[in-house]
Amino acid sequence: MAAIELRNIVKVFSDKRRGRDLLTLDNINLDIEANDFVCLLGPSGCGKSTLLNIIAGFEQATSGRTLVDGKQVERPGSDRGVVFQQPTLMPWLTAIDNVAFHLKLKGVTKAERYDRAMEFIDLVGLRGFEHHHPSELSGGMNQRVGIARALLMNPSVILMDEPFAALDAQTKLEMQEELVAIWQKRRCTIVFVTHSVDEALVLGNKIVVMTKRPGRIREAVNFDMPRPRDITSPEFNDAKRRILSLIREESTRLAQAS
Amino acid sequence: MTSVIDAAPARRAFRLTRLFQGLERVVVPALLIAGWEVFARSGVLPPALLPAPSAVLHALGDWVFGFDETTQTYSGHWLRDALASALRVFGGFALASLLGILAGVAIGWSRLFEKTLEPTLQMLRPIPPVSWIPLAIIWFGIADKPAIFLVFLGAFFPVLMNTIHGVKTVDHNLVRAGAMMGASQRQMLTDIVLPAALPSIFAGLRIAVGSAWMLTVTAEMVAVKSGLGYVLWDSYYFLRYDIVLAAMISIGLLGYLSDLGLKAIMARTLRWQQTTTVQGRAG
Repeated sequence: MAAIELRNIVKVFSDKRRGRDLLTLDNINLDIEANDFVCLLGPSGCGKSTLLNIIAGFEQATSGRTLVDGKQVERPGSDRGVVFQQPTLMPWLTAIDNVAFHLKLKGVTKAERYDRAMEFIDLVGLRGFEHHHPSELSGGMNQRVGIARALLMNPSVILMDEPFAALDAQTKLEMQEELVAIWQKRRCTIVFVTHSVDEALVLGNKIVVMTKRPGRIREAVNFDMPRPRDITSPEFNDAKRRILSLIREESTRLAQAS
Repeated sequence: MTSVIDAAPARRAFRLTRLFQGLERVVVPALLIAGWEVFARSGVLPPALLPAPSAVLHALGDWVFGFDETTQTYSGHWLRDALASALRVFGGFALASLLGILAGVAIGWSRLFEKTLEPTLQMLRPIPPVSWIPLAIIWFGIADKPAIFLVFLGAFFPVLMNTIHGVKTVDHNLVRAGAMMGASQRQMLTDIVLPAALPSIFAGLRIAVGSAWMLTVTAEMVAVKSGLGYVLWDSYYFLRYDIVLAAMISIGLLGYLSDLGLKAIMARTLRWQQTTTVQGRAG
């Protein structure tokens, strides 16, 4: 049984103002195995974030079935940790309180909360900053808090929606490396949405290339290049060329169609 | 080659600037008070109608400390009068805050409450609280209750409106994050929506405490026989304008202090809003 099974997912947004419907996701079928690091790659507006939101339970598919660990997804829940595009932390809580928020909701005592949260603060390298508020931390540090918060729930899958898009190039590289290290250490299933071919190839062992409007799966490419991956190596460039040609074929097809 | 710069003149100039900046604030009020004093003493108007600032200060002093009974029956009774007003302000304000926040969260969060409650409240809102005075008197008589009722009316709507606004503008993604971490509906309100709406709620509370003082004084002029507003109105009947002005100063001062207190609580509660950023990274 796959960790995530998407069966014939269709999502139609009704544009009430213009009185027409917009087909966003068209018959998505995808199996994601446990401990996979899957990157959903596609241009903006291809519905990749919508697909992630459907798995998270934030949005409902118009039709089709979404199963996580064999169970139908109906609403958001702590079995699926989400890392948002913006850190989306509670601004009135310190870093450690944000990380431990899930435990607070469950009524765990403060001492135990802090004890367990500290492990994840350490994991994302924020020791010494645990009592800072989000307004006192940089964008990259806040995103680390967001990742720690998702990991602490020990979810079966972690869903990430372009979490590094707002970071500067250097911080982004560091965060990518650390995310891979965390994934290798903790062995979790990650679904990572991105529009960057490089990012998808640095992170994923399975890259799902999506097409634009309506969103379909063009191809799911397995990519088992050993890590750490050298982004200047021939092997990396070969893979990149293959992905880019998939995307290019798609744009020519679209150009001819219109 | 190094040059030694004598910092003393610069420091002296800086101190002068500081002194001048301190003076800037008091120049206008000082001139106004001095002009008022001179005008009052010139005898253009009878002193009973325009008491000099010194006379007002004298009346206020006697009202507070009771040293020469220039304020007659009020002499030395300031604390009692101020306390009577303050308790009405506090009573009405506390009630308005509690109900305003509860109703505001309900209306801001739930479509059902919005549809059922909001139209009625929005129709009541434009009615000036003072226009309730006749009803307040026949309902509650002449005592604390009509005053507290009026204060409640004046303070309730600013709290309500700001709470609704605060709840409605809570970042949608924070609610999603809460749902992702398994928050129940109740936890969503108490642990996410309420704290996120706090800055807006505090803005409403500050407006409300101002209207609370305004309405206490108004109520005391008409429907109550004690408090600063009563002293003010009673002194007007006896043409004691020095006491009228002393009462006005007292109200202004207490209103200002209430706002300072509220601001202090707000600064403590909303400490997380400070926007200093630690740059760089750890680890």
